[in-house]
Amino acid sequence: MGSETTVRRPHPARTAEPSGPGEPGRTARKRRSESMRLGTLLIAPTVLVLAVVVAFPTLDAIRMSLFGQPGLDPDTGFVSDTEPFVGLDNYATILTDAGARFWNAFANTVFFTITSVALEAVIGVCMALIMHQALRGRALVRASILIPWAIPTAIVALLWRWIFNADGIANALLPGRVLWTTEGIQAMVAVIVADVWKTAPFVGLLVLAGLQLIPRETHEAAKVDGAGAWRRFWSITLPLVKPALLVALLFRILDALRVFDMPYVLIGPRKSSVETLSMLAHDEASNVRFGSGAAYAVLLFLFVVLVAFAFVKLLGADVVGDAEPRPTRRARRKARAPRRAEGSEP
Amino acid sequence: MISRTFRRTAGAVTATLAVTLAACGPAGEGGNGDGQPEAGEFEGRGPINYVAGRDVTGTMQDIIDEWNAENPDEEVTYVELPEDPDSQRQQIIQNAQTQADTYGVINVDNVWTAEFAANQWLEPLPEDEFPVDEMLEPVAETARYQDQMYTVPFWTDAGLLYYRTDLLDEAGIDEPPATWTELEQQCDQVLRLPEADGVSCYAGQFEKYEGLTVNFAEAVQSAGGAVTGEDGTPTVDTAEAREGLRFLVEGFESGLIPEAAITYQEEEGRQAFQDGNLLFHRQWPYQYALASADDGSSDVAGAFDVAPLPGADGPGSSSLGGWNLGVSVFAENKATALDFVKYMTSKENQRRNLEDATLAPAYAELYEDPELVEEFPYLPELRESIESAVPRPKVVRYGDATAAIQDYAYAAITGDADPEQALSGLQERLEEITGGQ
Repeated sequence: MGSETTVRRPHPARTAEPSGPGEPGRTARKRRSESMRLGTLLIAPTVLVLAVVVAFPTLDAIRMSLFGQPGLDPDTGFVSDTEPFVGLDNYATILTDAGARFWNAFANTVFFTITSVALEAVIGVCMALIMHQALRGRALVRASILIPWAIPTAIVALLWRWIFNADGIANALLPGRVLWTTEGIQAMVAVIVADVWKTAPFVGLLVLAGLQLIPRETHEAAKVDGAGAWRRFWSITLPLVKPALLVALLFRILDALRVFDMPYVLIGPRKSSVETLSMLAHDEASNVRFGSGAAYAVLLFLFVVLVAFAFVKLLGADVVGDAEPRPTRRARRKARAPRRAEGSEP
Repeated sequence: MISRTFRRTAGAVTATLAVTLAACGPAGEGGNGDGQPEAGEFEGRGPINYVAGRDVTGTMQDIIDEWNAENPDEEVTYVELPEDPDSQRQQIIQNAQTQADTYGVINVDNVWTAEFAANQWLEPLPEDEFPVDEMLEPVAETARYQDQMYTVPFWTDAGLLYYRTDLLDEAGIDEPPATWTELEQQCDQVLRLPEADGVSCYAGQFEKYEGLTVNFAEAVQSAGGAVTGEDGTPTVDTAEAREGLRFLVEGFESGLIPEAAITYQEEEGRQAFQDGNLLFHRQWPYQYALASADDGSSDVAGAFDVAPLPGADGPGSSSLGGWNLGVSVFAENKATALDFVKYMTSKENQRRNLEDATLAPAYAELYEDPELVEEFPYLPELRESIESAVPRPKVVRYGDATAAIQDYAYAAITGDADPEQALSGLQERLEEITGGQ
């Protein structure tokens, strides 16, 4: 490769001629530059679309977060035409007393994410195991487990709103009468229950895909070696399904951090026990305070980026699939380890 | 790998941002911007758009079709917005932000009049061209901002006290309560009856949403107070306001208002009333037809009636609901738009709206029409309620004001805050919000 760089530019007179067999470097270079051009051409639309729908809104939101709310002219009674530039004031408010609402929303968001994703992981894995095992009525079991995932969140929230109504099914089945949608921890419980009901199947589905990749022989061999069901789950299933599970969890965490519709529809806006960062940003924007709304959204964005980065770094979640062989091979080796120790390798 | 993950994450997040901030953009310019507002110039004829929430009954489309048949060159297209008022407001604001001429005539909740007028999104209207003096005064007042007319009342709404005639008869009571004390006494008498087993005394709309603002304001007004004074300054830290709020707080404490009512919006309360679980219910007129249905959906059909709201020492005072029509500043063909507003808000069409969609008219005359009163027996009480009604606070930052009211009132009625402290806190917050207005 290094030698090719010495020829900076082809001789103008020769460029038009077809490359002869005696010039392999040039042919390759030409072919490469052609494929480079083709590559650029092919990804250009994608880059363009991303620039319009991703880069521009992000940058514009950041710009907008630097502006305040236009004031009201007491003489005319009209709102002034321009929004004042306030620098980082919108961000600084979170450090003052007025920031209490932000930190409450932040705590709600984090609490909701941790609890719901943890529950979804456990229940999702259980669902995947059932979907994987069920022999009779397998298709039926899979389809029925996936129904909650197929229903739009707003509809799910409405359904659960009826369930958690003062005279709803939840109160009919449970002892005592809880007013679920009022302020208090019960509102958060209601949101988490509804969210877990809806999204555990999503985790289940991704984990199921991972389960189906595990060769049956591995399990059979472990069984022959006398490993019990519990041992097989911890030493074979879980390590082998880990890449899929991590991807599912990453998606779920990112989703849960920007949760909006479930608490908004199920409990309602501006209830401090369930208000999340997205709801806060939405509330600001709908009260025509675009500056602080944008600031909250940017903070949420940075937080999500940070969490995603940490998750990928610490747990090595393989989101895009290019590091595919690494964890799998390691997991396989680990799975094979007990057999080797007993010297029963076939 | 990481950078790709990053980009994906960024993509996912920005998509959310884009949705969350879809309404964003620099504040709109426009209007003359200087000095006193005057009625705008209405020039240009041609097709326009009529923008309103979903046409649930199909009445609006019929009315528009008739206009189109008569004015083929000035065709009106009905642009339907979502049914939920918050989403409607958001879309109208978005349209104003982009200064698009898509929205011609806009149907606005009357509490938005101040906000939209102050932002100069609505064209000032020539009041002398509308029969405003034939309308009920409190309703006409919702159309103005700083004494200038910006919208025209299209239909109105006020609260009524629904009561169970069968239970009152049983207890030997012939008149519905006119004061809160009477209401409590009657409850005492009625709820002792064996027929009243499982019945609660009173409910309104107490969930934390716009309905709570309405019910809070009514309680304050019915005790002789006001949420904001004539000039728009907040006045909730007063003895009257305290008495009003205390009615609600003590109602919840004593069980006069059932515990579950804290989760009631209109529909939950209607369900409770129709199931026969409420003796008294503060509700809008729309419940009349539904609770009268004899198809088995209502257990109280024929066993209830309505009265104006009770107050502390005398008749109470309702909040005023209702929707008005305005003309967008950014519209084209404003002459057509003005004519269309006149057509839509005419007495004939408001009568039709009442008959076909049970939307209460703004014109006083229609409340006395014997034919209409026969079909809608609640009209005389409704008129009484409207005439003593007070429009909701005229605040430019109405969204913030109603949020503040809901925050403090909700904390008080759920027992999280002392009513007096809640009111002084609310006063302070409202002063901040209305500062400079």
